[in-house]
Amino acid sequence: MKTIPVETTINGDSTEFLCQPDESLLDVLRDRLGMTGAKEGCGTGDCGACSVMLDGRLVCACLVLGVEAQGAEVETIEGMANGEELHPLQRVFVEEAALQCGVCTPGILVAAKALLEKNPDPTDTEVRYWLAGNLCRCTGYDKIIKAVQTAAAEMRSA
Amino acid sequence: MRYVKPESFEAAATLLRDEDGTSRILAGGTDVLVQLKAEMVEPDLMVDMKHLPGMRDIAAENGGFRVGAAVSGAEMGEHTALKAMWPGVVEGVELIGSSQVQSRATMAGNLCTGSPAGDSVPAMVTAGAVARVQSPDGVRDVPVIDIPTGPGKNSLAKGEFITSIFLPARPDNASDAYLRFIPRTEMDIAVSSAAVSLELDGNGVVATAHVAVGAVAPTVLLVKDAGDALIGSKLDDAAIASLVSVVEAACNPITDKRGTIEFRTKTAGVLAKRAAHIAYARAGGQA
Repeated sequence: MKTIPVETTINGDSTEFLCQPDESLLDVLRDRLGMTGAKEGCGTGDCGACSVMLDGRLVCACLVLGVEAQGAEVETIEGMANGEELHPLQRVFVEEAALQCGVCTPGILVAAKALLEKNPDPTDTEVRYWLAGNLCRCTGYDKIIKAVQTAAAEMRSA
Repeated sequence: MRYVKPESFEAAATLLRDEDGTSRILAGGTDVLVQLKAEMVEPDLMVDMKHLPGMRDIAAENGGFRVGAAVSGAEMGEHTALKAMWPGVVEGVELIGSSQVQSRATMAGNLCTGSPAGDSVPAMVTAGAVARVQSPDGVRDVPVIDIPTGPGKNSLAKGEFITSIFLPARPDNASDAYLRFIPRTEMDIAVSSAAVSLELDGNGVVATAHVAVGAVAPTVLLVKDAGDALIGSKLDDAAIASLVSVVEAACNPITDKRGTIEFRTKTAGVLAKRAAHIAYARAGGQA
């Protein structure tokens, strides 16, 4: 198969890469660009561990072809902190131990950030439904929901 | 695999017609990329048409809306006027998958993938939605009900694809609703489902009604007699009982891990009843 050159923007930086036409955006991020924050849990859009933003929409990077990133704006977990300063969601997840093994955490943080940008004051039910596509096998979700709410309250008062 | 972004719908149709190997059309990709990953299919040609005119647009047309074939579920859910006119269609679309899947999954893809349990299909059928089909020979309009032909199959020929779906204008005092049964609250495939679209006269009496059920036959079924059972009523007990018995009689499901024949048949009737009441209330009717 012939590789295809793609020009895109990732976390605000212009980026070029070559990829196979059937290669997922997730494989491009992880294997070609060394951005291993997005995880592959299932590879079929069920688990949400590869959640990234594509042109302002939350997507599973495993369900997007790398070539579809041409001309698009991609945001990943690597762009969430501001230098050494963690995003409030990241900091609260650490402070409140809203993770155990951590494989689902990047996807949940990207998804939760997308929710709070749309809806800064969600109910617990709204958080649970929004994150229904992000599977966590460790925490039982309760601490995740609480951490999102703590961060949301902090972001509202900031 | 060749990945192609054709310059026009005509060019895409010709390209697909002339491809000797396996081809796939990429819109939301939520089925196609899963098939690739699972190695269920190894396409020789992938045609991406999201950039072509109208594919990403929801446009007012003749009092209704034309929804481009690459419009995502999330975009439909955010369209206030569309949701107000066809709440049942939009709530069906919004039940598909997670937030992530909603950003990409399309109504046209849900239709063409041919699942009897496709959540957007029953309400499209009761809405009288019409798919615009591009073929190598030109463009034709096909009622949505005629697109799926069985599990994983559709009536489109080689070189044909949907470019948009038209939801017609609806009169005042009319609305629709869609319900499905799943054993949990989110992220599941319908065990059975039902959509009802109805129109009331000035006295709150049902003037026209359409009922469709999903996951209880090889394709979504439009049950004409079930709609007729509601006409002339205010959804009184006798009309509802007639609706339920006609729906149950129309069901021809299978038993599988999600539900038995008996369970699917019973729940389809219950869902049709509940959807009828919701559509009636949305249409402004008072029982």
